[in-house]
Amino acid sequence: MIRDVEVLVIGGGPAGLCAAQAAAGAGAHVLILERDDVPGGQLVKQTHKFFGSERQYAGDRGIFIGQMLVEEMTNHPNVEIMTDTTVLGIYEDGVVTALKDEQHLKFRPKKIIVATGAAEKFLTFPNNDLPGIYGAGAVQTLMNVGGVKPADKVIMVGAGNIGLIVSYQMLQAGVDVVCVVEAAPNIGGFLVHASKLRRAGVPICTGWTVKEAYGDGKLEGVVLCRLDEKWQPIEGTEIKVACDTLCLAVGLTPLAELCWQAGCHMEFIRELSGHVPVTDENLMTSVEGIYAAGDVSGIEEASSAMVEGRLAGYAVAVSLGYDVERAQKEVEAARAELVELRSGPMGGKIRAGLAKVAEKRGGASC
Amino acid sequence: MANNADKDTILCRCEDITREMILECIAEGYQTIDEIKRVTRAGMGPCQGRTCRLLIAQELSRAYHVPMEEVLMSTFRPPTKPLTMGALADAWLSEYDGDAAISGRAIDGKEGGNGE
Repeated sequence: MIRDVEVLVIGGGPAGLCAAQAAAGAGAHVLILERDDVPGGQLVKQTHKFFGSERQYAGDRGIFIGQMLVEEMTNHPNVEIMTDTTVLGIYEDGVVTALKDEQHLKFRPKKIIVATGAAEKFLTFPNNDLPGIYGAGAVQTLMNVGGVKPADKVIMVGAGNIGLIVSYQMLQAGVDVVCVVEAAPNIGGFLVHASKLRRAGVPICTGWTVKEAYGDGKLEGVVLCRLDEKWQPIEGTEIKVACDTLCLAVGLTPLAELCWQAGCHMEFIRELSGHVPVTDENLMTSVEGIYAAGDVSGIEEASSAMVEGRLAGYAVAVSLGYDVERAQKEVEAARAELVELRSGPMGGKIRAGLAKVAEKRGGASC
Repeated sequence: MANNADKDTILCRCEDITREMILECIAEGYQTIDEIKRVTRAGMGPCQGRTCRLLIAQELSRAYHVPMEEVLMSTFRPPTKPLTMGALADAWLSEYDGDAAISGRAIDGKEGGNGE
């Protein structure tokens, strides 16, 4: 049996929830499919406060923003959330298949909003499979969702926002954070997060990387080394540092496999951290009726993901003829908010990436 | 190209494929992620290449002096994660429930022609 769905949102994280909120708010019927057993995406473990403006819930902690959105969507008469449901495929005829409780389900949506988020990148060095080497996301889940102290003595790799925030949260959990290692010459994350770590006495070593890990059956330490300006290891700078955990926060990459499957025009955009679907100003991909919002269309902060979700949700409402006048105004408001969020020096990379996307779109359509 | 360190460096965690094995494939002339997948199983485990795909692309980019933008990606097909044959069979049976001829045939395997 194929179930007809008006708007199918794939992924119940910040982008997906805000997309559902917008589309359902305008009158559309929305089904959210969420892989995890609880909706909320990465918000469920984000105990830090958000930036941005009031409309993006600035000053609130991610976890509370998530709870508020989930509660609102759970109680919304036009919204249904199916958890523990992994989307398996988007087929040429528009049918979407999913797996829930070992059951193979089929849906035929009028519109699809892909909000599948991102996956963590991994690093290659000898013995990178020793137990004790984690992605920062896993450490954050253990700590903030599971209530488990993830390490006694940790080295963090990556001084982007995730690396900085998770390091600070580990300090709060009583973990000895030896140092944060960053291959780039500069700290990538917000300085407000970096400053908190520095005030607590944690060194942030820019221009350093992990050369190898060592240990008998489990991680016992790592060899760090300095990098030259061409990112090559400088011989003779190796130092051995003991630790029981190495936490990798070396970036995210868009989880866009469903867009690939659906035949969307995809491009590798360095500034957006991987292959992304080429979208238009309504966040619609090159495939009619399939939209992409949040990290899946380029890695950014959760605030931008929420606004993108809202944009896509209202754009879908307009295309379905719901509350068109107001929804169209909301689409334009969301676009303006995104411009504001991406202004300033921290948004430079995103702006460059999006300019490339616009260029690719132009090239493809003529 | 490969050295001792590459023996201990994992690129595909699900299938335990080392950097050394990937570099050997490249030395033998394999040029795409899909080719390397077919000979090594890299990317065929539970995560379906989510971790190793870009790492292998980087190795190809480096070896063939092709920018990442131009490295040919693998083909993406459903399902995005492994599922049991049972789940598919249950879906098929429930869809054709009531059509005894079809479901009966499928279960008996009479149409199978397995050389009896």
